[in-house]
Amino acid sequence: MVRAAELGNRPTGALPSLPFGLNEIDSALPTGGLMLGAVHEVMGGGPDSVHGAAAASFVGGILARTQGPIIWTFVRRDLFAPALAGVGLHPDRVIYVEAGDSKTVLLVLEEALRHVGLGGVVGEVDGVIGLTASRRLQLAAETSGVLGLIMRRPRRLTVNAELETTAAHTRWRVTSVPSGPPLIWSPATPGLARARWQLDLLRCRGGEPKCFVVGACDATGHLGLSADLADRSDAPVEQSRAIA
Amino acid sequence: MTVAHAQMLVQEFVVLDADPPADLAGLSRLALWCQQRYAPLTSVDPPNGLWLDVTGCIHFWPDEIGLLVDLNDRLGRSGISARGAIADTPAAAHAAARFRSAPATVVEPGESKSASLDLPVAALRLASDIVVGLRRLGFETIGHLARAPRPQLALRFGPEPGRRLDQLNGLLFEPIEPVFAPERIRRRATFVEPISTAPAIETAIEHLVQQLVQDLDQTGLGACSLDLITERVDGGRQAVRVGMARPTRDAPHLRKLLVAQIEKLDPGFGIDAISVSAPLVAPLRPESAGTLVHREPDIRSLASLVDSLGNRLGAERLFRVAPVESDVPERSWRALPPLAPPANVTWPTELPRPLRMLAPPELVDTMALMPDEPPAFFVWRRDRYRTARVDGPERIHGEWWRSDREVDAVRDYFRIEDERGQRYWLFRSGISNESRWFLHGLFG
Repeated sequence: MVRAAELGNRPTGALPSLPFGLNEIDSALPTGGLMLGAVHEVMGGGPDSVHGAAAASFVGGILARTQGPIIWTFVRRDLFAPALAGVGLHPDRVIYVEAGDSKTVLLVLEEALRHVGLGGVVGEVDGVIGLTASRRLQLAAETSGVLGLIMRRPRRLTVNAELETTAAHTRWRVTSVPSGPPLIWSPATPGLARARWQLDLLRCRGGEPKCFVVGACDATGHLGLSADLADRSDAPVEQSRAIA
Repeated sequence: MTVAHAQMLVQEFVVLDADPPADLAGLSRLALWCQQRYAPLTSVDPPNGLWLDVTGCIHFWPDEIGLLVDLNDRLGRSGISARGAIADTPAAAHAAARFRSAPATVVEPGESKSASLDLPVAALRLASDIVVGLRRLGFETIGHLARAPRPQLALRFGPEPGRRLDQLNGLLFEPIEPVFAPERIRRRATFVEPISTAPAIETAIEHLVQQLVQDLDQTGLGACSLDLITERVDGGRQAVRVGMARPTRDAPHLRKLLVAQIEKLDPGFGIDAISVSAPLVAPLRPESAGTLVHREPDIRSLASLVDSLGNRLGAERLFRVAPVESDVPERSWRALPPLAPPANVTWPTELPRPLRMLAPPELVDTMALMPDEPPAFFVWRRDRYRTARVDGPERIHGEWWRSDREVDAVRDYFRIEDERGQRYWLFRSGISNESRWFLHGLFG
């Protein structure tokens, strides 16, 4: 009965979702993309988990592909808006809310998630969320149909947000991995290629955890296929055969 | 001194007749102006004073002295020289404003009495014959008077000195009777029985807001801010103010904003009356209820959410960001109000910028193979990062037109990827041998 009450005002039928545009990732998600009207968690991996730079870029890329205004709330102000414009998120769309502490971030998140017509709501949380609070956020997102994204940014490396159980629909971890040479055919050329991420789908309701290696968001917020797979020419394979 | 004597001493001496009614009218206008800008409860203190009850209004300014300085500045620009003081009790503020030489005085909380001990007895707002009598007996300062035994004092001068001392202390409550502009849109409800519970207050607010919205509708106005004033049984008043990002007369929205403030109200022994008024209004045309044509979701449809968050956190905590044409990264953006019209410009995307900025940039220890080369590794916050790949430099010059210090300022920015694939934005400051390296941001 509780379940029926909870499900009462939920829209029925096909659930809307936001596809990544990469078949590899979309097929791993039961709804064929990031489900809208749900809360998703994103965290940084490795040394970046404290700063969450790659995670913020990933989140910015997702939001760049939505429509409507965005609320981005955080504890401390270190986000650099020009970089978000670099992944396709226009500055006119984003309202930043400096909350001051994690508790207020959750409060702002819930209030914003109840508001119909937003393109997305992002909150950067630096502590634990708790099952009850995350459930409240999930219910708020379900009633409004707004995409909710929680960025986990622990204050110290020792805090492991991956272990916490929450009601979030999916949980992602974005870790930078070494990118290849900028020119495949000329490894000695200095410079930087497109950044490369290891994207771990740690938890997914109704799906299996999975791991992808992708190119970082481009100027329209789309992830790229792993450079190894996409740009690899036939030449090295032929060469190895010739040597063998 | 006679007028003739004064005219002899000062050339171009101007003589004007005193006009107390006009002075009072001017003072009332000032009080109403203060009401719009500083505090919901303001009052006149003839012949030359203003009362402001700034309880709960300080958070709009950096601190209390900031409020006073702002008030003095604005009055000064209109040719009014004023002195102000903020204290726990009206009496202490009154004394400090008139008998301290500083243009702005803040009496720390809890020190209303101790801070006033060295002021003359005249600062107690006593009748002049009492002041003369006290001085004849040797009471020069408030401190002397406070130490004197009360009964004998009352026997000789009546209850007045004791009452004023108690008001100074805060032992005796002193209400400020606020002024309201006659044209102010205001609705007041009085109760048969004092109310004190949140649901009762909520019902009253709902009622009042509905009436207020009807008034606004008839006059074609929208409220930019609302004051909720409770009148308690003991004569005290408490006011809370909510602000709106855009003028509105949407009853459910206004009601929600006011209801969220109930937790700040202290009903005391009960509330006798509640009034809701709109100190700031702006013309608002009638709007159509809705349209069949689907529109792009507009950032302005967020007014209710922005107001609700703004009143809870403080309006300056919500902002949007717009580009500024400057090559220096720290200066390349500015904050806008959340509901400002869209700027329709964005930053050039061909120059990569980091997601997280360190403000200020942090000095790092570096080791490079050659003096001009980017570092082979750097130490930041006691962790060592070994460079795997580098892109750069991107040279950014100081903006010499801003200050002399920036004429020679040069930064060479490098994007550095470490062995683990994490990318950092480092810059070398200066081009001499003494150049130093700073970490300025982290890429995704």
